[in-house]
Amino acid sequence: MRYLPKSPAERQQMLSAIGVTSIDELFAPIPTQFRLDRDLCIPPQMAESEIVDWFRARSNENATGYDILLGAGAYNHYRPLVIDSLISRGEWFTAYTPYQPEIAQGTLQAIFEFQTMICELTGMEVANASMYDGSTGAAEAVMMAIRLTGRSSAILARSVHPEYREVVGTYAKYQGLPLTEVAFTENGRVDLAALDAAITPQTACVLIQSPNFFGTIEDVAAIADVVHAKGALLVVSIAEALSLGIVRPPAEADIVSLEAQSFGVPLSYGGPYAGVIATREKFIRQIPGRLVGQTTDRNGKRGFVLTLSTREQHIRREKATSNICTNQALIALMVNIYMDVYGRVGIKELAEQNLAKAAYARKALGAKGKILFDGAPRFNEFVLQTAGDATEISHRLAAKNKIIGGFPLRKFYPELGNAAVWCATELTSKAAIDKAADEVKA
Amino acid sequence: MSNSDIKKVTTHISQNEGLIFEHSSPGKKAYRLRQLDVPAVDAAAELGAALRAESAVLPEVSEIEIIRHFTRLSTWNYAVDHGMYPLGSCTMKYNPRVNEVVARLDGIAGAHPYQPEAVSQGALRIMHALAYQLIEITGMDAITLQPAAGAHGELTGILLMRAYLESKGNPRKKVLIPDSAHGTNPATAAMVGYEVENLPSNPSGMVDLAALEAQMNEDVAGLMLTNPNTLGIFDSQIAQIAEILHRKGGLLYMDGANMNALVAKARPGDFGVDVMHLNLHKTFSTPHGGGGPGSGPVACKSHLEPFLPKPIVVESADGTLRLDYDRPQSIGRVRAFFGNFGMHVRALAYIMANGPDGLRQTTEDAVLNANYLRKKLEGIYDLPYATPTMHEVVFSDKLQAKLGIKTGDIAKRLIDYGFHPYTVSFPMVVHGALMIEPTESEPLEELDLFVDAMKSIAQEAIDSPDLIKNAPSSTRLSRLDETAAARKPILRWKPETK
Repeated sequence: MRYLPKSPAERQQMLSAIGVTSIDELFAPIPTQFRLDRDLCIPPQMAESEIVDWFRARSNENATGYDILLGAGAYNHYRPLVIDSLISRGEWFTAYTPYQPEIAQGTLQAIFEFQTMICELTGMEVANASMYDGSTGAAEAVMMAIRLTGRSSAILARSVHPEYREVVGTYAKYQGLPLTEVAFTENGRVDLAALDAAITPQTACVLIQSPNFFGTIEDVAAIADVVHAKGALLVVSIAEALSLGIVRPPAEADIVSLEAQSFGVPLSYGGPYAGVIATREKFIRQIPGRLVGQTTDRNGKRGFVLTLSTREQHIRREKATSNICTNQALIALMVNIYMDVYGRVGIKELAEQNLAKAAYARKALGAKGKILFDGAPRFNEFVLQTAGDATEISHRLAAKNKIIGGFPLRKFYPELGNAAVWCATELTSKAAIDKAADEVKA
Repeated sequence: MSNSDIKKVTTHISQNEGLIFEHSSPGKKAYRLRQLDVPAVDAAAELGAALRAESAVLPEVSEIEIIRHFTRLSTWNYAVDHGMYPLGSCTMKYNPRVNEVVARLDGIAGAHPYQPEAVSQGALRIMHALAYQLIEITGMDAITLQPAAGAHGELTGILLMRAYLESKGNPRKKVLIPDSAHGTNPATAAMVGYEVENLPSNPSGMVDLAALEAQMNEDVAGLMLTNPNTLGIFDSQIAQIAEILHRKGGLLYMDGANMNALVAKARPGDFGVDVMHLNLHKTFSTPHGGGGPGSGPVACKSHLEPFLPKPIVVESADGTLRLDYDRPQSIGRVRAFFGNFGMHVRALAYIMANGPDGLRQTTEDAVLNANYLRKKLEGIYDLPYATPTMHEVVFSDKLQAKLGIKTGDIAKRLIDYGFHPYTVSFPMVVHGALMIEPTESEPLEELDLFVDAMKSIAQEAIDSPDLIKNAPSSTRLSRLDETAAARKPILRWKPETK
């Protein structure tokens, strides 16, 4: 086996050194009846070239070279080449959690930079080293609010990504935390009156998403007023991180849960991505996950370490803030590099291009159906209602036009009828939008 | 001994480098946007009050500065590509390059999770193939690939237990966890609403069967057992353990963190495990990435299968694959989309490269390496449990502690010898633990260098303890002040003018 660095003679020499005659003696602790006396029924060893061929064939069975007009929690943005060039260094991707700061300063400093960038983007005071993704981050943010307030229930806006709500539901179910949902109005935003009525003295937090699942930007300040007036916390989930380049950050939130996939992370059929939790400094002791802090070494030099780990499972066990152990360090590194490439000015210009593309797409597609939720601002997504079935349109676009069309909403929002949420990014060409518009009408 | 006797490494120049923000200067850039092929819009008009007033203070730097910055930083990291990384329980094995290449193929890295199934058959085939092969490797009946990491897999597994027991009429109150367990185990049980009850070990480092018998009752949902456990010991009473739990209606959860000691040699499904998670980033070679991403599939027996998270990939009669969401008893989702698909790709590529014989040899070499180190270091370091060990070995600092040298000091000195330290002070059942897991990826030369280093350090503890107490002496930084970091946390950089 080509990954194993030993000759048969070396193995024999080591067995002799140990004082056994065969490798089987080392497996003696496993009772005989449980030892596998056959080969596993899996394919035989393959050459590297055969493996590449097999995956290339699978790759070709997926859409390749299609135009993507779909977002819905996973966004098709350009990934600068320096990202993969840099993260392919073994020092980055074959290292582990930086438990030994003397030989992990690279990873630690990169995470410290990442935390800073997330604070800058979200308007929060502190950010953690990352969570698994936006959906689990949202669930962890809700649990954090419950710990902070000592209250026992949460309200989720129905305009939060449906799969995020499902994940929050799974996390909450067995802790006996009742969840309720609050509706959206005609402009796609959270219904403030309904929200006000729904908050009880037991409501720990309200979870909203902005831009929400329909692409609509919520009035975060107005929602915060309602939520805070009743002593609850506001958790804002952001699935399209690039919106923060041009959209006002949710500074009134108590906790922000960001999915950072838009920042240089491949779509990769849904993962790995990186969530992040950002919050106010006063809530820091209840934040889940890893944190990197600045300190000095014994010679007074600046350096970085994992810190406040008394919150975490390896110290606190069942009293920890979460069971989370890993972060998404390599993905956070991609995000860091991406933000360096675009920087203060570029992230805004890129966001403006997204605005322009989406405005054009809204107009072109809107001519072939009805744009829902007009009357509130949007970033790069919008909802189009059509005469024809949205799923059928999506299949036709893929089969005939090599276009990945909008996400059909009927499954999660039957009241919207034949509607789908569409997305245009800087990578969406005018030609593709025009082609899609022609097909929608057909 | 002195630093000049160190064989594995020589110090060399490494570049100083500030924070990326400290290179920033207005007007520098590392991008050029495409020509806009649609009319530009007035952002203020589009967004109104939602327009961002002040830009985020992100660095303004050029491409070469980005390359140098992250290249310089990278050289401050130790990695598997440098040498042995014997962190016990973490399984720092070689990360094959072909995995990285296939995960980046256009149709794989570029696949949108909501693109129609008709144009996702390749992605579904990869998940389906991996699921089938992991089921065969574990001897279980069904699997979900959705959990994003090991601890997330634990959460999923305990949710499955709870849903199953609820369907039987009583979710029960407690979960038993041995004192040697990973911290994630009790944290997970608490997240699913269970009380945690500690289960003591016996003098051999295995489960105390009499205690288990006494603690097991109708209030106990089950036991979370790592096997081999964190001492590297395979609990040979596993069949009796499962029987005691099952007799009273409880379930056996296996933490698969140490599955790399069993692959192709024994299958948890054959020895009574009801549900378990795997760490693809440990056993199946997906890279640790400086702390993630991981992936933690959960395999279970058929009685737990109806409760698996949705969706799962199923094959239709015509051979096409689809996602099945119609699972009324499912615990629901544990993550959006389908889990860390990119890790599924890598793990499958690893299994394909190995085949049945390669996987068996891999497991055998991992156990061989650990036992070789145990034999060579026994006597020089205290071995608290004489019980045979599998893929890792746990020593204690008892002999050195008498001289004032603790496990953490030995670990720091190991850095000067060119090695990443072992896992320090864990498991907690061993006072002053040195938990060493070489994995199968280490050649004999590297193992012998490690033995030499450990022997040298033991000698230094006698002859020149200051060398150890001042270690590491060859690194850029030494003994960072973690207390200060926690007392007054500085968690972000701030511009000086702000």
